[in-house]
Amino acid sequence: MPPNLFIEDRPAERRAFARRTLILFVIMAGLVVGLLARMLHLQVWQYEKYRTRSDENRIEVVPVPPARGLIFDRLGNRLVENRPVFSLTLALERVDDLDQLLADLSALIPISTEDLEQFEQRRRSHRRRPEPLVLKATLDEEEIAVLAVNRHRLIGAQIEAQIARHYPYGDLTAHAIGSVRRITAEDMKTLGRVRYRRTNFIGKRGVEKFYERSLHGEVGNKWVETDAYGRHRQVLDFHPPTAGQNISLHLDIRVQIAAAAALGERRGAVVAFDPKSGGILALVSNPSYDPNLFVTGMDPAHYQALTSSRDAPLLNRAVNGLYAPGSTIKPILGLAALTHGVVDWQEEIVDRGAFRLPGQKRIYRDWNWTPTNPGGQGIVNLHRAIYRSSNIFFYNMGVRLQGERMAAFFRQFGYGEVTAVDVAGTSPGVVPDAVWKQGTKGEPWYPGDNVNLSIGQGDLLVSPLQVATAAAVLANRGRRVRPRMLLTSGRPLVEDDPPLPLPPVSGPSADDWERMVDAMEAVVHRGDYGYGQNGTAWYYIGRGIAYRMAGKSGTAQVVEIKQGQKYEESEHDEYSRKHAWFMAFAPADDPEIVVSVLVENGGGGSSVAAPVVRDVMDAYLLPQVAAL
Amino acid sequence: MNGQDFIRDLPRTEAGSVSRNPVRQLGIDAILWSALIVVVIYGLFVLYSAVEKDSEALFGQLLRICLGLALMVAAAQLRPGFYLRVTPALYLFGTALLGAVLLFGVEVNGSRRWLDVFGLMRFQPSEFMKIAVPLMVAWHFHDKPMSPSFKELVIAVGLVALPVAGIVMQPDLGTGILVAAGGAGVILLAGLSGRWILYGLLALAAAAPALWFTLQEYQQRRILTLFNPEQDPLGAGWNIIQSTTALGSGGLFGKGLHNGTQSQLNFLPESQTDFIMAVLGEELGFAGVAALLVLYMVIVVRGLVIAEQATYTFGKLVAGALTLVFFVYFFVNIAMVAGLLPVVGVPLPLVSYGGTSAITLLLGFGIIMSICNHKSW
Repeated sequence: MPPNLFIEDRPAERRAFARRTLILFVIMAGLVVGLLARMLHLQVWQYEKYRTRSDENRIEVVPVPPARGLIFDRLGNRLVENRPVFSLTLALERVDDLDQLLADLSALIPISTEDLEQFEQRRRSHRRRPEPLVLKATLDEEEIAVLAVNRHRLIGAQIEAQIARHYPYGDLTAHAIGSVRRITAEDMKTLGRVRYRRTNFIGKRGVEKFYERSLHGEVGNKWVETDAYGRHRQVLDFHPPTAGQNISLHLDIRVQIAAAAALGERRGAVVAFDPKSGGILALVSNPSYDPNLFVTGMDPAHYQALTSSRDAPLLNRAVNGLYAPGSTIKPILGLAALTHGVVDWQEEIVDRGAFRLPGQKRIYRDWNWTPTNPGGQGIVNLHRAIYRSSNIFFYNMGVRLQGERMAAFFRQFGYGEVTAVDVAGTSPGVVPDAVWKQGTKGEPWYPGDNVNLSIGQGDLLVSPLQVATAAAVLANRGRRVRPRMLLTSGRPLVEDDPPLPLPPVSGPSADDWERMVDAMEAVVHRGDYGYGQNGTAWYYIGRGIAYRMAGKSGTAQVVEIKQGQKYEESEHDEYSRKHAWFMAFAPADDPEIVVSVLVENGGGGSSVAAPVVRDVMDAYLLPQVAAL
Repeated sequence: MNGQDFIRDLPRTEAGSVSRNPVRQLGIDAILWSALIVVVIYGLFVLYSAVEKDSEALFGQLLRICLGLALMVAAAQLRPGFYLRVTPALYLFGTALLGAVLLFGVEVNGSRRWLDVFGLMRFQPSEFMKIAVPLMVAWHFHDKPMSPSFKELVIAVGLVALPVAGIVMQPDLGTGILVAAGGAGVILLAGLSGRWILYGLLALAAAAPALWFTLQEYQQRRILTLFNPEQDPLGAGWNIIQSTTALGSGGLFGKGLHNGTQSQLNFLPESQTDFIMAVLGEELGFAGVAALLVLYMVIVVRGLVIAEQATYTFGKLVAGALTLVFFVYFFVNIAMVAGLLPVVGVPLPLVSYGGTSAITLLLGFGIIMSICNHKSW
């Protein structure tokens, strides 16, 4: 029996119910109109905004890095390679539990705390659209295999291949062509963000640095449709990158190898170039470093060792090492004296092994002075003063010329300035004069400064590259040439904008140049005349030589020797021994190569540095002689 | 008994004659039936795009819809008196199941909503309460005069609050809101005076801070996100940003079915279920959204007309309340997708993927049809 169903069914209640239903309907209709208004606002009024936003969502512009240009030597040997390197990256938007993933990864492959710290840093500075972040920069094959097997439980972790620089010759060419290294956040502030998107390396030294723009190439872009997980669905548009320029250098890897071998384990530098073109054939600085470590990354301890070593392997001695040129300055000083008419080829000076400035007590000695042997080269003219390297003769020249005239003449040989076209970061060195000394040291120019300067000591500082450049001026009989690395490139390079050619050295006559070259030939070739009569380098390199070489040795003091004391090598610690120099060119009549060699704390220039020069020249000249 | 009134209130067309219309003979309301079928077909097209042309998923949904339609037709055959009689039992049974869920429920994604029936199937008792609660409140009021007394009101509120509390504790705010809306709809239609409505609103406002702290942390975040989705664009704000982007980028006529980049490229979360409206809005534009809203409103208006024309209080209240539940369903869902309401788990009725809500809804419409077509008990 149903309960009473009818008592409520009264007209009043019906009307009341109808009214409530109507009110309910009005409220509902109002809410639906509100919804429609909201939709109209979103879909019609703000359509452009949301359309753009949805396109930004799905369309990702992926930069495609260009292949870095290759570098070849003059013979076409590949000095650099581009190799795939595999790195472990994390796509954070696909990672559910980062800590768990990191723990899983650490269990599979070694991940250092440095890797983790750097990853944390990248994660914090990362604000843009999801881009995979590098966790471990280089993976070896075993690690790749382990990760590949476990990939199903490593969601968000991915192995990314990228092309990285490899230097097949390692430390042999490190200082000659430089190296690239990872772009830092600091670099990004100055670099074009667009140009360097997705490029991980930048040339930081040497040729790699100087020709960075051309070697880098132009970045390409790929417009891809991407889903919410960052997976690429389809490529919408593609502008391919422009590969970097390939360039060829004057460098001759055979000469480079010979120079490095000749230097051996000794600290020092070798620079060799073609005096006609200025093309640098070899540029060695020892000790060196493995540039590949800057590409793949190294542990901080290793980097610390490189930067803090007393042997300074990162210092490019060939262009940034500054040393007193010692006696290698003498041919230049001789020409200066001739130019200013303070000496001629006939004048003879008696060299008794000692020199004293008027009114001063200090005695300036000859290089072969010992307490038991006053030394001295006897009667010397300019020719003999060169091949015997008479200090006394050039002390006189220095006093006659005075500092200002010497300094001005040295500058004509490229000392005190940078003349190289495309050698990154070369040092200009120092050519002291009164103004410089007052400004830098706050001291006046003393007469003793003239004496020191005349044998390439004192404050005069030059790099091995500058000594080779000066030797090239002698080789070219006054014509100056700018050293350069670049031989050719496929297309003209933006960086290839050489400064104006240098004017020839003014002053010496053609005869003076020839006679000076003769004197330098005597340094190497004058032999079998008995004690004290041979060229200083003859005994070490002049015997059995197949070509005419003109050279000059130098031995630069590192620490001051007290008056009346002999320099005794064994009494000095390794780092305060004398530097050995030799500069030379050959063949003397029509030079094809100039070489300068510096051996730090090596000892005598003729005995230590000259043999290195000989080896380098043999490597360059003899195969050609044999080929004829 | 007042037979006089009974005769007078019968619809004129049906008085004393038997319709030859077969649909009528089946006890189905033609307007409601047509509108529902159109919405279902429209929804299946949108769903097919949202599931990325997964035919298996589409046929699964089609099957569930057909089951729901069959249940609707069956429910329409039963007389309102039957519902009136079984209501208390249904209510008690449902409330007991809710208690069982809280004690023995299966936990999925951090909330207990499901009962494992002998390991054979999973059952969500809260879904069942969307119908049971309005029926129960209507049962409570059906033999009492309109504008009920305070005591009746308190009992009615209690009848609603008990299961709603159980559902919110699962926690399942979305279903809780729908069940509460059904119950509250009956109370309002039963003649709650304006004064009490005002008091109720004031009480709600006063209790808001306290309610805030009863919310789960994720629910609080959802509400805060509504006001500033950009604060955490990859986290809590993601849903809102992506759904409004999808809707807005659709424009007037949309990107075309299957061409929505937001949905097809998975930027849109829950694009097959709660956020399917964004797919529709992106691919069919404002025109598509408006069309669906018009269809929904046809159903609502028809439901309200049936309620108004129903013979007995019970029928009026049930039809009105079930219609209100349907309205709250789509309003909350669309407002949520459009970024007007916080994210709550309410599907778009008859369009979203998933069978439970469609079956419950169609069952509800079956009851409405029963009220419409059975003037005798």
